[in-house]
Amino acid sequence: MSVAVSIQRVAKRFGSVQALDGVCLEIGEGEFFGLLGPNGAGKTTLISCLAGLVRPDSGQIGVKGFDVQDDYRQARRQLGVVPQELVFDPFFTVRETLRIQSGYFGLRRNDDWIDEILENLDLAAKAETNMRRLSGGMKRRVLVAQALVHRPPVIVLDEPTAGVDVELRQGLWQFVRRLNGDGHTVILTTHYLEEAEALCERIAMLKQGRVVALDSTRNLLERFSVHKLSLRAEALERLPEAITRRASFCEGYLNFHLGHVDEVEPLLAAIRQAGCPIREMRMNATDLEDVFIEVMRGQDESLAEEAGDVR
Amino acid sequence: MSGFRTLLYKEVLRFWKVAIQTVAAPVVTALLYLLIFSHVLENRVEINNVRYTAFLVPGLIMMSVLQNAFANSSSSLIGAKMNGSLIFVLLPPISYGEFFLAYVGAAMLRGMMVGLGVLLVTAWFAPLQFVAPWWILAFALIGGGIMGSLGMIAGIWAEKFDQLSAFQNFLILPLTMLSGVFYSIHSLPPFWQRVSHLNPFFYLIDGLRYGFFGVSDVSPLISLAVSGLAFLVVGAWTLALLRKGYKLRY
Ligand SMILES: Nc1ncnc2c1ncn2[C@@H]1O[C@H](COP(=O)(O)OP(=O)(O)O)[C@@H](O)[C@H]1O
Ligand SMILES: [Mg+2]
Repeated sequence: MSVAVSIQRVAKRFGSVQALDGVCLEIGEGEFFGLLGPNGAGKTTLISCLAGLVRPDSGQIGVKGFDVQDDYRQARRQLGVVPQELVFDPFFTVRETLRIQSGYFGLRRNDDWIDEILENLDLAAKAETNMRRLSGGMKRRVLVAQALVHRPPVIVLDEPTAGVDVELRQGLWQFVRRLNGDGHTVILTTHYLEEAEALCERIAMLKQGRVVALDSTRNLLERFSVHKLSLRAEALERLPEAITRRASFCEGYLNFHLGHVDEVEPLLAAIRQAGCPIREMRMNATDLEDVFIEVMRGQDESLAEEAGDVR
Repeated sequence: MSGFRTLLYKEVLRFWKVAIQTVAAPVVTALLYLLIFSHVLENRVEINNVRYTAFLVPGLIMMSVLQNAFANSSSSLIGAKMNGSLIFVLLPPISYGEFFLAYVGAAMLRGMMVGLGVLLVTAWFAPLQFVAPWWILAFALIGGGIMGSLGMIAGIWAEKFDQLSAFQNFLILPLTMLSGVFYSIHSLPPFWQRVSHLNPFFYLIDGLRYGFFGVSDVSPLISLAVSGLAFLVVGAWTLALLRKGYKLRY
């Protein structure tokens, strides 16, 4: 698999904030890649470095082998970026916006492709509407369309579904999946972890400007495989400490995180033995959200240890 | 170069779509100046054997060219910075040189259109001569270029509209108003004459007047040299900012 995006030891500081702290990533051609992390983790900064909007203090970034600084013309042709902010130029209609964006990339007669994008994003009816008159969701679609006018091999979407209705999310993912199927590399940041879980083949988790997890989605889910057991029981005061120590209480439920399904039966037996009849019970498999929380917490501890601040 | 062509087209379309405000309004403003000042001063003043109303016209033309070229590039940049749409011109493969030429080119075009508008509407009030038309064109273009560049610098530097209007009201407006739009600097006391010679806009207006009447306060060659140098300095400064990505690429 050849490399679509190569990020080598990229660092960037804004004043006292180390937004990126030596990020290394390689994203393969045709991959559907997820970039996750809490607010302020540096996802947007990393994407901005990739797009040449932010200049890193150190490190190298290449897109399809073109350095984003030295070979910026070629590098930018390979990239289509959907920015996080809902920005638009109020002077133009949707079609004008897309024609102008095509022109910036040297494409003069691009209307066939523009029409196809409009069709796919359900924007055809709004083609002659001024940008100002579009709803937030429609503006978001135009941003996606603008990123695609030059058929970029690498598509980057920075939280494209934040504040967007369910219908658009479905439609957008269908379209992006198709583009990915046609061979486009897709890099996605999102707050909706179930989206990332469903779409991304590989995921990097970022925290305080560092990559704290990087693996295929399947491996991540397996590695952090825990089974959540929640139950409601009576006479909890009789539970021995050996059991309560393992549990967390939340809204009347006892929650256990178990490493393996085999631990379920002995646990239930112990609770019954203590004389606490179980009234209600449910079990969940791990999802990406659990992994995310686990990774972020683990990182907290290791960062705290580094700082000599062990509680 | 097609990125440049589209950026230039977009910058022209941006002001042309609101031409009433960006082209017609400044022409009306200049006409009002002409009517008021010529009404008050026509029979009292004659400069270098030129009637006052006729003397005033080139000054008003140059002032309009300068102010509108500045307004065009500065308001376009700060507007795009504030609404975030600047990203659309930062993402494509457009070089900083193309960026400069497109913004300054559109600013010059708007300046020339307003200047031409002022010329046409004032023609009724003051019969003009066109002694050296190439000089007229040269000074108008250089003036538009200087102010288009300065407008870029201001638009890149300013973060809010009030910073931009401070730049406009405390620097650009005094410099243009005090450069001899409404008077010949020979009518000033010697000290203020010397001060006026330090103002680059004085040379633009004086040079433009030479193009119309064939007479001027200083030689048009000197004016051309000073204005050309000013354009080079301001242009190089703008290009340096763009190249560094100052306040555009962090
Ligand atoms: N232009 C900027 N100036 C100053 N600080 C910035 C700038 N851009 C981002 N930051 C800071 O860098 C950190 C990372 O931000 P960002 O990349 O936007 O995170 P994310 O997209 O993961 O939420 C944050 O602490 C943010 O405040
Ligand atoms: Mg972000």
